[in-house]
Amino acid sequence: MSALAASAAAVKLENAVGEAFVRTQTSVLEEYAIDGVTPKILVRPASADETASVVRIAADEKLGVIPSGARSAMGVGMPPTAYDVALDMTRVTGIANYDPGDLTVSVNAGMPLRELARTLGEKNQFLPLAVPQFEKATVGGAIATGLDSPLRQFYGTPRDFLIGAEFVDGTGALAKSGGRVVKNVTGYDFHKLLSGSLGTLAVITRLNFRTYPVPPSRRGLLASFPDETRALGFGKAIAASALTPIVLEVVSPECAAILFRKEAPFASLRTAKMEWTVCVGFEGTEEVCERYARELTRLAREAVAQNAVVVNDPQFAILLEIVREAPVTMRDAAPQAVVMRFTALPSDMADLLRALGSFAGSSWMTPAVLVRAGAVVYVALLPREGEESARRQMEYFWTSVASLRSKLELRGSLVFCPAEWKAALNVWAHVPSDPEMESRVKKAFDPSGVFARGRFVGGM
Amino acid sequence: MHRAIIRELERLLGARNVLSRAEDLVLYEYDGSVEKARPEAVVFPSSSADVVAIVKLAVKHDFAIVGRGAGTGLSGGALARGGGIMVAFGRMNRILEIDFENRRAVVQPGVVNFDLTRAVEHAGFYFAPDPSSQKSCTIGGNVSENSGGPHTLAYGVTSSHITGLELVLPDGELKRIGGKLSDPLAYDLCGLLVGSEGTLALITEITAKLSKKPEAIKTLLAVYETVDDATETVRELTARAITPAACEMVDGWTLCAIEDYVHAGFPRDSGSVLLIEIEGVAEAVAGQAVEIEQVCQAHHAREVRTARDDKERELLWKGRKTAFGALGRLAPSNYVLDAVIPRSKLPQALRRVLEIGRGCGLQVGNIFHAGDGNLHPLVLFDPRDKAQFERAVKASEEIVRYCVSIGGALTGEHGVGMEKAELMTLMFSEADFALMRRVHSQFNPTGLLNPGKIFPMGKGCGETRVRTGPMHFGVPA
Repeated sequence: MSALAASAAAVKLENAVGEAFVRTQTSVLEEYAIDGVTPKILVRPASADETASVVRIAADEKLGVIPSGARSAMGVGMPPTAYDVALDMTRVTGIANYDPGDLTVSVNAGMPLRELARTLGEKNQFLPLAVPQFEKATVGGAIATGLDSPLRQFYGTPRDFLIGAEFVDGTGALAKSGGRVVKNVTGYDFHKLLSGSLGTLAVITRLNFRTYPVPPSRRGLLASFPDETRALGFGKAIAASALTPIVLEVVSPECAAILFRKEAPFASLRTAKMEWTVCVGFEGTEEVCERYARELTRLAREAVAQNAVVVNDPQFAILLEIVREAPVTMRDAAPQAVVMRFTALPSDMADLLRALGSFAGSSWMTPAVLVRAGAVVYVALLPREGEESARRQMEYFWTSVASLRSKLELRGSLVFCPAEWKAALNVWAHVPSDPEMESRVKKAFDPSGVFARGRFVGGM
Repeated sequence: MHRAIIRELERLLGARNVLSRAEDLVLYEYDGSVEKARPEAVVFPSSSADVVAIVKLAVKHDFAIVGRGAGTGLSGGALARGGGIMVAFGRMNRILEIDFENRRAVVQPGVVNFDLTRAVEHAGFYFAPDPSSQKSCTIGGNVSENSGGPHTLAYGVTSSHITGLELVLPDGELKRIGGKLSDPLAYDLCGLLVGSEGTLALITEITAKLSKKPEAIKTLLAVYETVDDATETVRELTARAITPAACEMVDGWTLCAIEDYVHAGFPRDSGSVLLIEIEGVAEAVAGQAVEIEQVCQAHHAREVRTARDDKERELLWKGRKTAFGALGRLAPSNYVLDAVIPRSKLPQALRRVLEIGRGCGLQVGNIFHAGDGNLHPLVLFDPRDKAQFERAVKASEEIVRYCVSIGGALTGEHGVGMEKAELMTLMFSEADFALMRRVHSQFNPTGLLNPGKIFPMGKGCGETRVRTGPMHFGVPA
């Protein structure tokens, strides 16, 4: 038992949330370890007010706090440099307000995405936040982690549908921004800062979203191409057309082999060893879907696709799940897998893929690549088991990326990476942020540095 | 302002880029709102370097600075409430780059909103935010206020369309955040800066998204005998999750005023109309049009008319967008309010707005973005009649309070500015303000940049509103 467990701080925390919701047993704390760093105490508040009390106590006692949801993506970021209190938000759950007639929902941060989807589904609505670990992740965790949804191709990122938030800042005050209406420019848009902030600015307690109607039908088209140039060319042809698909993913043969390992309907994609696959999703009425199927098939043919098949509703739902989970499936494909995420411009995409392929080739690894919505690239490097030089190869690869940054507008971070490699690799090496500007925001939100120290860009 | 400082500004920018005579300054003491505040000098930079030099000079002499685009704002955001130097961006009006492949444009802040669309429309693109003032307002102003417009319903306000900014901080430092890439990968600083109403930095360059023109556009005009039938239509469209690209409402009284002015073909004897636009692939537009027409009919629309061609469509929109000008013919002044309500409460909210108007004995017109619940009641008054002006201010405040009380917001697209600073306490707690102040003072520690905006100053509305001329304010309390 740590010193903290027996301290006055622990007593205060117990008073704040109830004795049953403060735990100090090593076995419990180990479940909350991040990159091998184990917290000293676990606190599980039941409300926003209790969360605020916990943060105030932590700030007074100079304890480092890391909030978590379902802990399905805690490996994102650098290892924490201060991690005393694991702040488990899963009891702050449930829907606070759902106004289906307004297409808005206000949900507590600890609510699982799956449960939210069920509630919205009853009213034939949904939230376009199809992120990895969907079956486990909480709403607050999904926003704080900032991982992608394949639906961003049409529905955008949280910046476009997150309309307000409530959160506890680093002084332990419960604050808010935005509201519960779909159009609102009152005050500073702090909720936009929370997206992807990895718990470094505030503990999210509630999020307000605009919701969307479930379309009458959702289908897809799978087309295969002999190389990435042609596959990307198909994507460009779609962008130049009148069509506005909801999903547009370009999958390398190595990535297809990982993603389509299990699912019977798409097993043929796995065996097509040398082909790049483009997955397009579209939605709407029967007439609209028919138009998409017809026109996409034609565009695929013009882009010299080797094969193009239309995927119907139930199969498309499976396909969407597969691409949604892609970053995690890539991580789980090898014990020491590294999954990187790049954002690049459509005009640079082909050059970027070529360069990444050549870096990987030089280190005897084959990259698995997924290009999302023409803007984001997930790359997995999968060292063979027991390969001792794997870390050095990875280092070579990650350092080589720097040479691209002078030529391309490019950002990149390591989404998943073995914890013991992080010190050498620096997860955020290729996020050319302005740490001075970022630190102004950090200082305002968290003046004494209570939250998630060391995990974010620039050591924040 | 001391003559020596004016001379310093003239040395920096050239005499033709500095205004300091009272008769020149008076032109810059107002915007589209009912507020007034006169700057002590107006300067016209032509580059980011000029802006840096101006800011450094203002800091040295402890003068307030306020940025200004075209001065079409409706909340007093670009007024020199703290006196000092007004930085007018009208001459930084170049489009620096158009990148069709990546769908981005890089522009200086003084570029007029519609000029960007004009520069890219030949290739099938446009800049999506479309405030009614789009033919004169600047993109810099849109970014500062996070402006909206009718098509915000489908495409979002300005912040959804900005990926990068160059800015000058109040200490004179030139910074760049974001770029052409769509994701920040660190804190979304653009998301914070867009809509910060010029209180955190002066924007000197903007990277904006270009949107692709849809394949098909259909514009419907639904005509009703009553206001209630139109608001019930909007409520049901939302409940059935039908989201057109735009859904505007005009009440019968306002309609007559517009028709007299632009002859757009609006029926003069109706209670209200909805102007609904649907965009997308042809099949989707056709399907949605049928659905929308059914809902309109179910709520007793007298007629649902489809614009036959682009000309008729443009005429209908001209009617919508010049409404404020049309109303200018009916009273010496009008006060355009901006508040948001949950859309399911639109029928009751509009009834209440009309009731408040009747109660204060002033004519209130309604022409607004019904689809997203963004009300714009328009109060007509004579500013020379002090009692009337006070009644107008009182009525508008009552409307805004009511909107917030039913779950709405203070402003949907005009910003808080001077106009609503005191009303911010309706929505925000002391803890919210504490955080806002900490962020404000991280970027704008001396408070020299656009003082007296967003934050309540603890003054009665009448007091701040009727005051004119230069005054000095420090950091907001």
